[in-house]
Amino acid sequence: MSLAAAAATVAHTTTTAASATTTTADTHGFLSPTGVEIAFLLVGLVTLGAAIVTVTTRQLVHAALWLVVTLGGLAVEYLLLTAEFIAWVQVLIYVGSVVVLLLFGLMLTRAPIGRSPDADSGNRWAALTVAVASAAALVWVVVDAFRATWIDLDGAAAGSTEVTGKALFQNWVLPFEALSVLLLAALVGAIVLSRKAKTNAADTATGGKADADKERAR
Amino acid sequence: MHLAYPAVLSALLFCTGLYGVLARRNAILVLMSVELMLNAVNLNLVAFDVWLSKAAEETLHSGQALTLFTIAIAAAEIGIGLAIVLAVHRNRGTADIDKLRDTAEGHETDGHDTGSPDSEAPAAQKAEATA
Amino acid sequence: MTTTTLAVLVPLLPFLGAAAGLLLGRTAPGFVRPLAVLPTLTAFALAVLVAVRHGGGRAIDATTELTPTGSVPIDLALHIDGFAALVAVLVGLVATCVQIYSTGYLRDDPRYPSYAALVSLFTSAMLLVVYSGDLMVLLVGWEIMGICSYFLVGHYWETPEARAASIKAFLVTKLGDVPFLIGLFALAVDAGSFRITTVLGAVASGGLDHPTLIALLLLAGVAGKSAQFPLHTWLPDAMAGPTPVSALIHAATMVAAGVYFIARLLPVFAASSAALLVMAVMAAVTMVGSGLAALAQDDIKRVLAYSTIGQLGYMTGALAVGDRGAAVFHLLSHGAFKALLFLAAGVIIHAAGTNSLAAMSRMKGLRDRVPDAYWTMTVALLALAAIPPFSGFFTKEAVLGAAEHVATGHAAGIPGSAGWIVLVSGLLTALLTAAYAMRLWLLAFHGRGAEAPDHGKQPLAMNAVLWLLAVPSLAFGLLTGPLPDWFDGRDLTPTLTTAVLSTGVALVGGLVTYGAWKHTTALAARVPLGAVAAHPEGDAAQVEAEAIASHAPAYGDVAAAPDPADPGRLLLGPLHRHAAVGFHLDAVYTTLFVRPVQAGASLVRFLDREVVDTYVHGAGAVPRLLGAAVRRAQTGNVQTYVSALLAGTVVLAVAVVLAATGA
Repeated sequence: MSLAAAAATVAHTTTTAASATTTTADTHGFLSPTGVEIAFLLVGLVTLGAAIVTVTTRQLVHAALWLVVTLGGLAVEYLLLTAEFIAWVQVLIYVGSVVVLLLFGLMLTRAPIGRSPDADSGNRWAALTVAVASAAALVWVVVDAFRATWIDLDGAAAGSTEVTGKALFQNWVLPFEALSVLLLAALVGAIVLSRKAKTNAADTATGGKADADKERAR
Repeated sequence: MHLAYPAVLSALLFCTGLYGVLARRNAILVLMSVELMLNAVNLNLVAFDVWLSKAAEETLHSGQALTLFTIAIAAAEIGIGLAIVLAVHRNRGTADIDKLRDTAEGHETDGHDTGSPDSEAPAAQKAEATA
Repeated sequence: MTTTTLAVLVPLLPFLGAAAGLLLGRTAPGFVRPLAVLPTLTAFALAVLVAVRHGGGRAIDATTELTPTGSVPIDLALHIDGFAALVAVLVGLVATCVQIYSTGYLRDDPRYPSYAALVSLFTSAMLLVVYSGDLMVLLVGWEIMGICSYFLVGHYWETPEARAASIKAFLVTKLGDVPFLIGLFALAVDAGSFRITTVLGAVASGGLDHPTLIALLLLAGVAGKSAQFPLHTWLPDAMAGPTPVSALIHAATMVAAGVYFIARLLPVFAASSAALLVMAVMAAVTMVGSGLAALAQDDIKRVLAYSTIGQLGYMTGALAVGDRGAAVFHLLSHGAFKALLFLAAGVIIHAAGTNSLAAMSRMKGLRDRVPDAYWTMTVALLALAAIPPFSGFFTKEAVLGAAEHVATGHAAGIPGSAGWIVLVSGLLTALLTAAYAMRLWLLAFHGRGAEAPDHGKQPLAMNAVLWLLAVPSLAFGLLTGPLPDWFDGRDLTPTLTTAVLSTGVALVGGLVTYGAWKHTTALAARVPLGAVAAHPEGDAAQVEAEAIASHAPAYGDVAAAPDPADPGRLLLGPLHRHAAVGFHLDAVYTTLFVRPVQAGASLVRFLDREVVDTYVHGAGAVPRLLGAAVRRAQTGNVQTYVSALLAGTVVLAVAVVLAATGA
């Protein structure tokens, strides 16, 4: 289809080397996968399965645990794509903190332990239709566009800590700093949101009363 | 490795997350599904960054940098999201998305029916939520 | 000051008085009476001064153009000839008398300030009509008079009679004013100007293309304003207004405006013999019909109203035979004695506590209660019946003499048939006039039965005015000699034939009525009848309002009473029933105009409610159904919204991809 040609044209216009990769991809058919590909495929199947269980299970805590499996599987995929730094960040932040946070949230909202019959809303069938349709559309487009594209994983790792660090602190240092401000804002926002409004009102009330008392004493 | 593998996996994960966002009732599960979608995007970013850094000798590593930013923003998002869910739960006594129907047509007449199944959602709390 | 300045001040002063009265009426009640009387009095004095300076000489013309108005110019113009000067004096005299009289008559009326201001405004408008030398400016005064009449007739708006009468007066006169306006435009287009002098010049040189059409259109407006057949029906009903208003507007001045207008533009009418003939027939029908109707009325003011219509018929008749001198001569004397009659009637109504002649004929000694009204009214009735040497005799003789002059073929350009019509009907009306004047006098002042109630003396302001007006009623005939200089120069002295004839028939009418009264008056004692006002101690206006409101409930009709002692019933015989209701003209109008209009209105209402609204409701139903459907989608569930959003996105994305790949 012409989408492949379009993608190839993009590659052509980027550099001349793109055509070289395209030609190399031609030598690697889907029916003769490399070892890395087999590993990627297997881990991907596990990841996808875990993700599906995450969004379908009726036990809320199990969903969080299956999410751990999904995120961990994704970390393995990053490793297979030679993006080491991203992989470890994924493990640290997602598996280490986000999931713990989610579990805290489940706990604080008194989520039921065990099977809850109403974990899915009545919107389920519409959601399934939309999801399947968009999956079909996305997969069709992506496969159509990139079926002949080959990633050359040989040579130096594309995402080693050194490479990522250089890129981050040479080219991306300003957004990085801006990000810190964003995190601070999120921190403050989360505290303000989760603080109990009642105690706040009570504090001001007593403060006002104290002021009034002072006024009277004077 | 064929680029199609991570790309297809990313698309499928994304749609799985999409299904979760649309179908899950508990707000925290919705947040998990959002995380799935974000991760699908991250996988896409990393895969294309690796491809381009080799094929086009792109040295900025913008894909990976963006992935890191996304992870950081996702962390912030999950924090804020959970705070909101907790606030809602505290005021309404529920974290179920399909019970938060204040914008429904004719909400005032049957608004109390869509309130929490818990009997501990008094009107005072509701008033506080709207205040 | 020049005469022109004086003449400008004449209409201006009452206008300023009216404006001041309306502005200060509520805040400064103490100024209301001076503001009502003084400007009118000054205007009267100035009008006299203008008349003296004019002295019957050449017409005074002054003009100023405010702004260019295109091909047909409209000027602020004065045109004061002998007619204008004398009519202005009459208007000033009657208006002054009425304003003074009203201070007593509406002594305790809470709406006196607005009443006095409207009377002043009316006076101003009438003087404007009299002095104006431009037809457009004249029309302005003409219409202001109409609206003032509407307000003043409805002064007792608490009573349904007054409300209905004011609306009727307004609508009927407007019915005439529409053709009148068109006629003015046609006249101005033919003559090229609204200036009266220019128009008359154009007529003299034969410049009018459609004289008959113009004359008939103008005649419609005159018939409305001057209460001529067939547009006279508003005038008897207008008696539901206060008596001073009836005296000023509906007897002496406004109704005379139509006659005065024709007198001014008589050459236009004389240019068409058909119009003159129509006028003669109109005048004849009006005269005779109103005389018969007046004989059958029970309300004293309605008798006088029909009498007014008849006397205006005389004036129209004089104009129909081309003698405007006689018409205005009669206008002047009639204005004086009819105002006197009305004002005296107001005094009588106050004293008797009723406006019904049937009730008065059962009261003994009413004349001793109101001696001033008795004597002045006797004088005025004699003038009305044209008994020499009272003023009415001379003026009516002038009219009849002019008619005889034409009938015998001494006038060129005027059809002799018009002369005969006017002469015969005039003599017949003289008989009827004497009859109803006699009846009125006998019933009001020679009643038998219970003693009339004593409500004390009438206010001085009211009685003094009566004597003031009695002077011209008595002595106006003395002016017969010098007046022709002011008019067209035609002799106004009575001729022997008509004088003997008309005085004879008048005497016959009076004597026959007296005989009939002698015959029927014995019945009065047997049939008790009558109702008097609930608050006889109140001021005259309140008594009158109560009398008007109680007439229909007490006697079964607003105009007539079932009184077997009424000489008019004996005289008219089977005609009485029809004459009492004005020969069913109102019923005819109801059938011809009111019912169709009401039917049309209900048809339109039906079409609007049932047909148009059905489409509107139908058009509304579809969007309402759509809205209900869309409203069901507003579940408030965010997930549903996002699902729909993403589904749409997928569809769009697929569509875009398909389009991009050319599939």
